[in-house]
This record gives sequence, C-alpha cells and structure tokens, in this order.
Amino acid sequence: MKTLKTLFALVAIFSLTAFTPISNGGGGYDIGDIATDFELQNIDGKMVSLADFKEAKGFIVIFTCNTCPYAVAYEDRIEALNKKYADQGYPVVAIMPNNTQVKPKDDLKFMMKRAQEKGFTFPYLIDKGQKIYPQYGATKTPHVYVLEKTDKGNVVQYIGAIDDNYKDANKVKEKYVEDAVDALMIGKEIRTTKTRAIGCSIKV
Amino acid sequence: MRYVLLVILCIVFSCKNEPKQEEPLASVNNVEINEELVVVDFEGLKPYLNKTDGKTYVVNFWATWCAPCVKELPYFEQLNTNYKDKGVEVLLVSLDFPRKYESKLKPFIKDKNLKSRVIAFDDVDQNTWIPAINESWSGAIPATIIYNEEKRKFYEQSFNYEELNHELQQFIK
Repeated sequence: MKTLKTLFALVAIFSLTAFTPISNGGGGYDIGDIATDFELQNIDGKMVSLADFKEAKGFIVIFTCNTCPYAVAYEDRIEALNKKYADQGYPVVAIMPNNTQVKPKDDLKFMMKRAQEKGFTFPYLIDKGQKIYPQYGATKTPHVYVLEKTDKGNVVQYIGAIDDNYKDANKVKEKYVEDAVDALMIGKEIRTTKTRAIGCSIKV
Repeated sequence: MRYVLLVILCIVFSCKNEPKQEEPLASVNNVEINEELVVVDFEGLKPYLNKTDGKTYVVNFWATWCAPCVKELPYFEQLNTNYKDKGVEVLLVSLDFPRKYESKLKPFIKDKNLKSRVIAFDDVDQNTWIPAINESWSGAIPATIIYNEEKRKFYEQSFNYEELNHELQQFIK
C-alpha cells in the first residue's frame, strides 16, 4: 500500500513537471545557437535556402502568416524592415509555419495573393511539413529570429518581437529588431536580445 | 369631422409614441451591457491574478480572433458551471484589440451567452507583462493560469474538458 502511495505521488510529481512548458527547453534556439538552414518553397514556386544569399551578412527570419491579426498588424513593418536592411546585408526571410489543413487561408495560394496585395519584396516561404519552426522554437506568429552569418554558421542573435507596440507603429518606443541589426552591423553588443509578445499560436 | 380627424391624429401619434419610448430604453440597456466590459492594463489586471479569498481561480487568456481559444471556451464555461458552487471561479481575459471591442468582443460575449466573467486586457508593454505573468510564457495564446492561495500553475496550451478538469482537481480538495 505504501509503495502504491509513493508511486501515485511520483506520478503526480512527474505529470506536474511534464506539463510545465519551458520556453527554450522545447528544442528551440537560444541566443548563440547555430540556426539550421532549410529549403522551403517560396510563393513564386522556387525553393529558397539561406545559403542562396551569398552576399548576406545575416538574416531577419520571421515566422508569420496571413490569418493572425498580430501578423497582419505587422505586415507593413516587416516590409519596411526588408526595404531598410536587405541592401545592407540583412534580408527578411518570412516563413509561414501553420498547418494549412487547419488554416486554409494560410496556404501557398493565399500567401501569394497576400504578398501581391501588400507588395512584399521579401521571400515568403511555406514550412510545408512543419519541420523548420520547431527547430527554431517558434511558438507563434509573428516570431522573429535575427541571425548573424559567421564561419560557424548562422548564429542566433535576437529572438522575439519586432517592436514594443503592436497596435500603433507611430507609438513604438523600442524597435527591437532594428536595434539588434544596427548593433550587429557596427559590431556592437545587442542591448535587448530576447523579448516577448503576444501572438497566435502556430497551428499544428 | 374635424373632431374625428383630431381623434385619429391623436391615436396615430400615441401609437407612434409607444415604440418610440421603447427604442431609447432598449438602447440604454445596450449601453449598460456595453459598459459592463471592464478594461484593464497590467496594473489593473494584477489583482485578478492574485486573489486571496480562499477560492480557486481559472484565468484564461483568449481572443475572439484566436481559433483554438474559441474552441476551448465551452470547456471553461462548463467548468465554471460545474464548479461555481465549489469555490472555483473562471475568468476570461480577452486580448482582443480595443478597436474590436464593439464590433467583435461584445457581440461575441452576447451571442455565446458567456456566463464566466470576461474582462478586456489592453496593455502594449507586452515584453514587461508576459514574463511577469509567467517566465515561461512565449506569448502564444491560449494560455491559462490556475491558482489559489496555496499554489499556482501556468499552461501555454489548449485544453479539452477532461484535461482542464484534471488540472483543476490538483487545486481543490
């Protein structure tokens, strides 16, 4: 009987810890980790890898989608990031991570339509099979990873939000992604390397 | 003849008057319903997350635009119904955009006839309040806190009723 009780207690403790989510323990990247490259289909049908960007000094990888209001609120700001930084060696690479069976409005055809409507100039890739976002540890859209290209690979230098005001681009006080990329370009330390923001959970 | 006309006119006007009286009344009621939506920033939210009145609180962060949140709402409603007499209270914290309060959130609460308490949470400084609410929260919703005076747990996940009920059992004796 006593052993049974102990067993129950153990199971209880185990289930407690098993259900506790750990933000970086789920296989995702932390600052300083080497990010995986990928080969994902772009809205123009071509396959795109980070390795294709020979001139790039790094990347602004953004997990985003068509259907999340937060992602939509940031569309123009994502485009602005690419306009500002692509020529300086830090292009935006957007990846749509949702299961399109669950979110049909996020499939390639709708991604293409949205990109046309908004005039996206960055690659907008689909994580078909959903193999890439779990490696990065993305949990929501939008979710940004700023990578720096080094001899060792693409090093994760920033994880989190684009800025500190999803509601109003004019009221932004902290431009987290811009600050991170600016710092990387002049070889300075990034002041804020990780931030949190509300987003839509990635649909599996 | 003139009298008849007057009488008719009176009847017509008095008839018209009645629905006219009802209309403003109805809209006043609507205003009252609308005004019931409590909107808080993080400072305003804190007391809801730290009550010490002996009850167990199930706090769910959701939004009308969040499909998995909407899907699990009935389970929280069910939990509220089944346990409200047993010292458990469900609080639904909406993260809808303020400009959608009138067009989306309030009609949603009404249409779904939500019985659990709903408050709206509006605070742009997410990088401060997300880790303050729970260090492990990435910011994805749905997310849920169950707490009472003795313990507190945070869940960045979706629930079905059985899972939710199972978690609640760890808080109530």
